Amino acid sequence: MLRVSATISVHDLRKSYGSLAAVDGISFEVEQGEFFGILGPNGAGKTTTLEILEGLRQPDSGELAVLGLAPWPRNPALLPRIGVQLQSSSFFERLTVREQIDTFASLYGVPSRRADQMLGMVGLDEQANVRTEKLSGGQAQRLSIACALVHDPELVFMDEPTGALDPQARRNLWDLLRKINADGRTVVLTTHHMDEAETLCDRVAIMDHGKLLELGPPAALVREVDQPVRISIESGLLDRATADQVAAAAASADGVSDDGVSLTFATRKPAVILADLADRNALAGLRVQGATLEDVFLKLTGREYRA
Amino acid sequence: MNQTAFRSLSRAMWRGFTRDRTALVFSILIPVLFLVLFGSLYKSTNAAKINVVEVGKVSLLDQAEAAAPGQLGKIMTVTHTRDLSTALADVRKGTYNAAVLEQGHNVMVRYSIADQTTAGVVQAVFSSIVQQADAVAAGSHGGYQLTTAQVEDKSLKPIQYLAPGLLGWAIASGGAFGAAITLVNWRENKLLRRLRLAPISTGSVVLARVGVSIIVAMVQLAVFLAIATLPYFGLKLSAYWWMAIPIVACGTLAFMSIGLLVGSFAKTQQAATAVANVIILPMAFLGGAFIPLTYAPAWINSVSFVMPLRYLVVGMQDVMARGEGPAAALPAIAILLGIAAVLTAISVRIFRWDAV
Repeated sequence: MLRVSATISVHDLRKSYGSLAAVDGISFEVEQGEFFGILGPNGAGKTTTLEILEGLRQPDSGELAVLGLAPWPRNPALLPRIGVQLQSSSFFERLTVREQIDTFASLYGVPSRRADQMLGMVGLDEQANVRTEKLSGGQAQRLSIACALVHDPELVFMDEPTGALDPQARRNLWDLLRKINADGRTVVLTTHHMDEAETLCDRVAIMDHGKLLELGPPAALVREVDQPVRISIESGLLDRATADQVAAAAASADGVSDDGVSLTFATRKPAVILADLADRNALAGLRVQGATLEDVFLKLTGREYRA
Repeated sequence: MNQTAFRSLSRAMWRGFTRDRTALVFSILIPVLFLVLFGSLYKSTNAAKINVVEVGKVSLLDQAEAAAPGQLGKIMTVTHTRDLSTALADVRKGTYNAAVLEQGHNVMVRYSIADQTTAGVVQAVFSSIVQQADAVAAGSHGGYQLTTAQVEDKSLKPIQYLAPGLLGWAIASGGAFGAAITLVNWRENKLLRRLRLAPISTGSVVLARVGVSIIVAMVQLAVFLAIATLPYFGLKLSAYWWMAIPIVACGTLAFMSIGLLVGSFAKTQQAATAVANVIILPMAFLGGAFIPLTYAPAWINSVSFVMPLRYLVVGMQDVMARGEGPAAALPAIAILLGIAAVLTAISVRIFRWDAV
């Protein structure tokens, strides 16, 4: 049954394009104030799901409520309460940063002094009078977030907000997204960056072929995959025979490999191996890697490349 | 409709237009350059006066001069000679446009058709003089009234059709390209989708865009009139020229609807520009914008009836230069609005919010 009190409530949602089931019977709920991520490879159905939630597409079947309301057909009561961040070029041509925010503000009947607040919030004060065409990728992305938040929505949708950004710009944007969520807004974002989902999201839904494969907090999902820990040290610190001895001592060692740069142990008893390596004073270049959300993702969706 | 939203959308679009150098060049500068260029080129060809050689004594001309002193001198220069054969030779050479002689009640006018426009003027002038002389001879009231206006009407000075023609083309391009490119760009960069997610009606967005286009067209009209009426170009506006304003507004709507249709089909801005060009450019030649329909071959005249541009251009010529009354503009306005209604209805049916 649909629980209308949740911020988003979806039950058995379906949407097909011809014979392709883009969304194939998914159900989930998002709570107020949550940071919710939808993960999946290209063509998994993330964007279609988001578009249905935003009210841009009509589902073929299933029940859904967003802030207790039906998003389809276009619901003027819902629109002021949600903010949608589209790609970073969805602007009016040849307007300055401030004019863009002002124009979007007026569409929602928001006074233009709000534009100045938004400029400060997304850190674009200095670019206020710069034409949007001249902004860098990260600045344009922050402006598009400002335009999505100008009417102070309770629920914010973002479709791959850090798509084409460099690492610095991505981290900068993450801080902004955390701040938006910390202000009490519910945020739903799609991404295919696992590190992004892992750092930002309270819960993630992993989708593929229109179906929901896994749903939960990133850390819980990672624990569930039960992957061996990988311990690497510099190659050449131990000879091969000693390395095999160390591996054998930890009975559950899954193997030893040496690629000429690093000597790597895969094990479910990292403590035994680490202690052994410390005794032998062979910890130079040590790296210990547990499973990540990426492992969960690849395990669920496969390693096969999809164009 | 939300007033604030409408106003700020209009302002955003207006800024987008005025800050776009390419758009300004194509919608204002190039048409104006064409006007200046063609206006100067064709200025000299239409010598207002005809050069007539009077062989012997032609009492008809004396009567005309006596009836309306000074009028005759405005339209022709008369030279006297006694020898018919040298006079005819001079006409053949082009020294004179016509030779006139009188034999009893027979007035003979000999002219060369080497220059057809002048030949037409010669015919018109003399038939007019003869008609008025006849009217007097028949005892009808009123006497001679030789006015230059009749002749002017039959062959407008080039600026009188150039200005409305080029203006029509400028407005057609502005409307069609403006609508097509805006629609395609906004669909491509998802602004269209973003606007759909805002609590404003589609009507506000469309009206704001239409409003901006009509203002741009009015600026084009004002600039054209300001330049064409300079003494150098000499456009003489007739009494109801202001009826051109509603014609321009309706023409903008009609051509925006063409652009809307193009934009509904086209997937990229390049495609939209190409298709709009394929529609507008031939229309400029076949619809009377570049080639005045009065002088165009018959087939162009027939084809022009299916060209929306014809109604914009001819409508403006009628009220701006031909001195027709306000009612003359109504058929053009009705046809342009009809085109706008039909094409918009089709566009709405095939309209897509998204590129996919």
